[in-house]
Amino acid sequence: MFDSAPAPAFRLPTALTVARIDEENYRTKTIVLNGALEATPGQFVMAWLPRFDEKPFSLVDNDPITLMVTAVGPFSRLVHALEPGDRLWLRGPFGQGFAVPHGQARLAVVGGGYGVAPLLWLARSLARTGRTVTTIIGARTANDLLYAERFAALARFRPPHATAYDLIAATEDGSRGVQGRVTDALLSLLEAGAIDGIYACGPDPMLSALRELGQRYAIPCQLSWEAYMRCAIGICGACEHEGKVLCLDGPVVRD
Amino acid sequence: MAIPFVLFNSRNHGRSIIITDTYPTMNTRTPFLTHTLPTPLVLASGIWGTTVSLLVRAARSGCGAVTAKSCGPAPRAGHVNPSCLDWGGGLINAIGLANPGAEAEVELLAQAKAELEPLGAPLIASIFAGPPDEFATVAATVARARPDFVEVNISCPNVHSDFGEPYAASPDAAAEVTGHVVDALAERNIPVIVKLAPNVPSIGRIAQAVTAAGADALCVINTMPGMLIDAESGQPILANRSGGLSGPALKPIALKCVYDVRKACPETPIIGTGGVTTGVDALEMLMAGASAVGVGSAIHFRGPDAPRLILDEMTAWLAARGMDDLNAVRNRAHHEPLYAAVPTGAPVPSAH
Ligand SMILES: Cc1cc2nc3c(=O)[nH]c(=O)nc-3n(C[C@H](O)[C@H](O)[C@H](O)COP(=O)(O)OP(=O)(O)OC[C@H]3O[C@@H](n4cnc5c(N)ncnc54)[C@H](O)[C@@H]3O)c2cc1C
Ligand SMILES: Cc1cc2nc3c(=O)[nH]c(=O)nc-3n(C[C@H](O)[C@H](O)[C@H](O)COP(=O)(O)O)c2cc1C
Ligand code: FES
Repeated sequence: MFDSAPAPAFRLPTALTVARIDEENYRTKTIVLNGALEATPGQFVMAWLPRFDEKPFSLVDNDPITLMVTAVGPFSRLVHALEPGDRLWLRGPFGQGFAVPHGQARLAVVGGGYGVAPLLWLARSLARTGRTVTTIIGARTANDLLYAERFAALARFRPPHATAYDLIAATEDGSRGVQGRVTDALLSLLEAGAIDGIYACGPDPMLSALRELGQRYAIPCQLSWEAYMRCAIGICGACEHEGKVLCLDGPVVRD
Repeated sequence: MAIPFVLFNSRNHGRSIIITDTYPTMNTRTPFLTHTLPTPLVLASGIWGTTVSLLVRAARSGCGAVTAKSCGPAPRAGHVNPSCLDWGGGLINAIGLANPGAEAEVELLAQAKAELEPLGAPLIASIFAGPPDEFATVAATVARARPDFVEVNISCPNVHSDFGEPYAASPDAAAEVTGHVVDALAERNIPVIVKLAPNVPSIGRIAQAVTAAGADALCVINTMPGMLIDAESGQPILANRSGGLSGPALKPIALKCVYDVRKACPETPIIGTGGVTTGVDALEMLMAGASAVGVGSAIHFRGPDAPRLILDEMTAWLAARGMDDLNAVRNRAHHEPLYAAVPTGAPVPSAH
């Protein structure tokens, strides 16, 4: 009838069963579902609980479909109450993910708080590309730091021709890793001329600070922004950010 | 008529290569009430909300006029999610008229108007309200932003109806609301467009009632009520349970409504809206009697460049038939060929 963008794998909310749940910290769980999706790191899905609400979540992995959920309000608390065998409905995947160009050899992958969610998959997808990937994760305290062990495991795994993984943890109170913010840790790497590209997800103020650093050192950035999402298909305008509809043009925006 | 196609590339160092006779063009200028729209396409209300940057983006991608999201007397958060879904044959939405309220809208509209003016694309404000006289208050408020037109969304519930039927369902109620808005805007000379709903027994009757009450133009149509149910949970999917259908599934309904309204109101400008997804869809809408063509869900089904794609397809379709002017297709469905003979017709079904 007409050419249009290919429909996502799950056009309408599709019921999936919970396979496994991992506790990450006092308010965050990783939820593994039975099922797989064609997707790229940085894309997101809309998770639905019938007659309650539907909310966006980054894909932590596509096979099996994995989400990381921090309990911050009514919806995420209900998701936390799910047990293996229960169902969660998803539609998606939606949006533009991260895409690392060939020329970039030394990458900084920066996550603030629950912003680490899409980054583990991004870092893992770069294995065996011979790059140097420095992951910088930050949070207020050691208790809030997410996926530190998972990133550290990536750093220990060193097959031949492998990507070199480094992990820097930054906490504002210094309870783990270096004291300060992720931007402080990144600054010294930028000053040393050791970074070709910045890939990040986290709260808006962190992303704005990273964008400024990127501009100052002329390093390209791919930043994943957050906005209230409704349709997730680029029609309602709820997720507008600087002239873009983030659900379609983003959430990863190139600078 | 072919106008020169100017090609710039790095190889010719910015010098222009002029190719004539190969690139079809179309006279897209569309008279509409007090204005001439640069293209016949009008961004439908609610698409991309009221964000100024997105209204401007729509004009840059080929809309000859843009309609802002409907705003009401007070700020409204709208419904919980899911509130808008692609179900395959089209979209269904129950956004719940989320809007910042008329007072806050004034500034947005004024800024949008300032940015749209250099593009030659008029701005259409859209309003809704509770009781009929409140439409006048909201109209007077948004008028401060000097929009080029005000569209009245009468698909919201009539507060005096026991069943919450929309104003759009009754000729008297629709005319009453129209009268209030016309009076409120008369002083400022802002033309009034009334947006009709498809789910009425006789849309022509409603169209005549609102034009008699002073509507300068009509937008035909709003969405058609519908519901999705998720079989796994047995539950309606939209948080609001039901919503409005738009997109491809709506097109035949919209064509019939535009056709009927053109018959009922031969002289009234009509924005024909509903399911227009391709250039041929837009031409069919003009053939049914539309003066301009609304584009909404196509922004999803074709992507943000939908207006440009639709315009290119209209041009190509006309060119392939030796035409370059939209006037050649306007109202065509109302001029049927005449034959001297009558067709044989089908036999009466036998009674056994
Ligand atoms: C593209 C995108 C990807 C996302 N990916 C994830 C993800 O992978 N994991 C995840 O946990 N969340 C993610 N979120 C946020 C997620 O949608 C929220 O967790 C969800 O809205 C919470 O709903 P709720 O009803 O539980 O809380 P609400 O009542 O809606 O929110 C409660 C409060 O928490 C704040 N808040 C919202 N989300 C978070 C959060 N995650 N951490 C801290 N504060 C928050 C809100 O601003 C609000 O003030 C993502 C959002 C977007 C737009
Ligand atoms: C997400 C969405 C929001 C809408 N919001 C409004 C609105 O606020 N006011 C209004 O009059 N129509 C609204 N509509 C209806 C459209 O303006 C249009 O009449 C309808 O979608 C049919 O056109 P289409 O098939 O081209 O989308 C909305 C439609 C959609 C899809
Ligand atoms: S949520 Fe992005 S446009 Fe609707």
